[in-house]
Amino acid sequence: MDNMKHAIRFFLVILALSPAMAYAAGDAPHAPEQDWSFSGPFGTYDKASLQRGLLVYRQVCAVCHSMKHLFYRDLEALGYDEGQIKAIAAEYTVTDGPDDEGEMFERPARPSDKFKSPFANEKQAKAANNGALPPDLSLITKARHGGADYVHAILTGYEEAPEHVELLPGQNYNKYMPGHIIAMASPLMDDQIAYEDGSPQTVDQYAKDVAHFLTWAADPYMEDRKRTGIKVILFLLAFAAVMYAVKRKTWADQH
Amino acid sequence: MASGKRESFDNPVVEWIDSRLPLFTLMNKEYGVFPVPKNFNYFWNFGAIASFMLITMIVTGIILAMQYTANIHMAFDSVERIMRDVNFGWLIRYIHMNGASFFFIAVYIHIFRGMFYGSYKAPREILWILGVIIFLLMMATAFIGYVLPWGQMSYWGATVITNLFSAFPIIGEPIVTWLWGGFSVDNPTLNRFFALHYLLPFIIFAVVFLHVWALHVCGSNNPLGIEPQDKKDTLPFHPYYTMKDSFGLLVFLILFCAFVFFMPDALGHPDNYIPANPLVTPAHIVPEWYFLPFYAILRAITFDTNLVMLGGFGLMFMPFFWNVLAMLVKQFAKMDLPRFKAMTPKAPFLIGGLVVAGAGFALSGLIPLLTDVTIIEAKLGGVLAMFGAIVLWIFMPWLDSHPVRSAMFRPVFKTLFLILVVDFIFLGYVGSQPADAMLVGLPLSIFGLIATAYYFAFFVVVLPILSVTEQGKPLPKSIHDAVLSQHKAAKAAKK
Ligand code: HEC
Ligand code: HEM
Repeated sequence: MDNMKHAIRFFLVILALSPAMAYAAGDAPHAPEQDWSFSGPFGTYDKASLQRGLLVYRQVCAVCHSMKHLFYRDLEALGYDEGQIKAIAAEYTVTDGPDDEGEMFERPARPSDKFKSPFANEKQAKAANNGALPPDLSLITKARHGGADYVHAILTGYEEAPEHVELLPGQNYNKYMPGHIIAMASPLMDDQIAYEDGSPQTVDQYAKDVAHFLTWAADPYMEDRKRTGIKVILFLLAFAAVMYAVKRKTWADQH
Repeated sequence: MASGKRESFDNPVVEWIDSRLPLFTLMNKEYGVFPVPKNFNYFWNFGAIASFMLITMIVTGIILAMQYTANIHMAFDSVERIMRDVNFGWLIRYIHMNGASFFFIAVYIHIFRGMFYGSYKAPREILWILGVIIFLLMMATAFIGYVLPWGQMSYWGATVITNLFSAFPIIGEPIVTWLWGGFSVDNPTLNRFFALHYLLPFIIFAVVFLHVWALHVCGSNNPLGIEPQDKKDTLPFHPYYTMKDSFGLLVFLILFCAFVFFMPDALGHPDNYIPANPLVTPAHIVPEWYFLPFYAILRAITFDTNLVMLGGFGLMFMPFFWNVLAMLVKQFAKMDLPRFKAMTPKAPFLIGGLVVAGAGFALSGLIPLLTDVTIIEAKLGGVLAMFGAIVLWIFMPWLDSHPVRSAMFRPVFKTLFLILVVDFIFLGYVGSQPADAMLVGLPLSIFGLIATAYYFAFFVVVLPILSVTEQGKPLPKSIHDAVLSQHKAAKAAKK
């Protein structure tokens, strides 16, 4: 029994240390933690927030940022039905082809198309943004320390630059950007986007909703994953308890 | 012949097969009635756990390979496609990603267990060396696997680590070009890495087979470190250890699943969700956590090794080198040179050599023709130290010639070894930090160097010296005796 305690303690120390090590790396100022419905082992996405976030993305961010890992059909997870998804997709025009004459042609997007990117290629994206490349947002919450908190912090973290910092044209000052200089101008303003469900039309709320939406985009199977996880862990706990009893019984003649 | 003594089975189908190919007899002999010391603690579970993880990695890896595309323009997107559009692709990939980490957790515990209880000592040297080879192959496999998703850390990690080989004089650059299949990490590199990542786990599997074979020849060590003498000291593997191993494995799997299902990206680096970009260097390139202690050792060597220092290191192991030389002379010149009694390091040489090496370090660059002659440049020194840190393990059976195996009966060894474990974890922390980090107002690199020095000193100085000087506590008469008196003590304590 004593040995087992030692073994477990040793194991826990190693476990506790390893993520700490992996994360000890960040040098950016810490993004303040928000209250997300998807946090924790039982967390789920809030569909209303996801839909508002999609609206913010489509009306504001999509001017500059692509989300090329997403299909329009994926929006079903936000609570839209087939007709609504068809309608959303049809608002975009994509290039298809070649047709029987060998010509490329334009047509409205379908649910089976990927999200349309704002620019034809990286060079064009940079040319339109003072030489800075707006990153694809499909994975942004996984690709930054802090995830959704970080995206929210960036969108709400714009400030006047302190006196000693000199900004070049096209540069902006942001509390939470590593190094504080960011090429993206503050994209959001109060009352910029009309919400139909009465949610506050503030930068803070817009930022929360779009960060929520981007978290879903980066991790669309999170709910499935956690649900399966609970079942798997419960099963393993029960199985381990049974195995422990069996093991005790097997060893009874030795103790 | 063994088959002559084969016992027959009642089940006619089993008997039919077994009389033609004695698979069942083999399994029964090696995993059924196989005698195992009866006093294992839970540290003895990790071999079985590691084997389970190896199989898990191979199964999930093959499924991933069916959907993965080894091309620099498609690799990142193909992994994302697995995560989003392949049925349960996210599950398979998260098991594979976190499985690598948990495989290493199991193997690290398994290795340090072996060191603590002296499992590397005679007659288990080959068993031990095969284990070190498995560990080296695992490191290669995991490093190469991490390159496959072609994220920023994949690309830059591959660039930094393959570039290490350029430290070797003359052959260095050609080796790197050869590894890359070009003049930078590029499509040919990714392609060969995928081929090797598919191959290496099967080589690991083969070496594991030899490892287990060797185990079944010499039998398991145990927490007391004394050999079982008769039947009273052992139990049949089944059902005693099959049940205990299953329970331990399940506990391990609970922790593993907690990561897979609830924090699947906690052990990874966010930068690997950014597609590789040769034009943008990440602010801070770090390897996966399981490489960090060795990465810290690599970065700790920031100084050149001069002639005097090298001489000092040579002096430390003089008896060994001299005896090898004497053997060669005898072989080829038929001449008998006087020899040292044993090959193991001796305290006067170790300490004398250390003093010379230390003086050489302190006087670096000051004495012409001696300390101003650089033999090993800092970069090469780091690479040698990093690989040396693992290769050293191979020599443990000879560095430590103390007759007592288990640390339970060697209090000094035990203390210094536990310090080594803490030292190793601390090195992991150092490896995770930027090169210019500070700790309590001092550059962290100084602590890294001290921790590295302790690491090496433990193996090449502490072990040989303790082999001679440590008294050790009296050993119990037999495993059975020790277990009985432990039970009596436990019962008395209850009353
Ligand atoms: C006018 C174009 C434009 C719009 C609109 C825009 N962005 Fe950006 N964004 C950029 C550019 C350019 C960058 C690159 C900044 C840099 O690298 O300094 C960027 C960078 C980012 C980053 C990454 C910051 C980092 O850590 O590197 C995030 C997150 C982001 N944008 C989110 C958004 C969101 C969410 C929206 C919508 C609310 C949005 N952006 C709207 C141009 C834009
Ligand atoms: C010793 C066992 C193995 C270890 C330690 C190992 C380790 C790894 C690691 C660390 C990664 C990167 C994971 C990530 O960050 O995405 C990876 C990826 C990968 N591995 Fe393995 N692996 C092993 C066996 C195998 C086997 C047998 C195959 C079968 C061909 C395989 C196929 C793949 C593929 C296709 C990827 C890329 C997809 C991905 O990144 O998720 N692996 N491996």
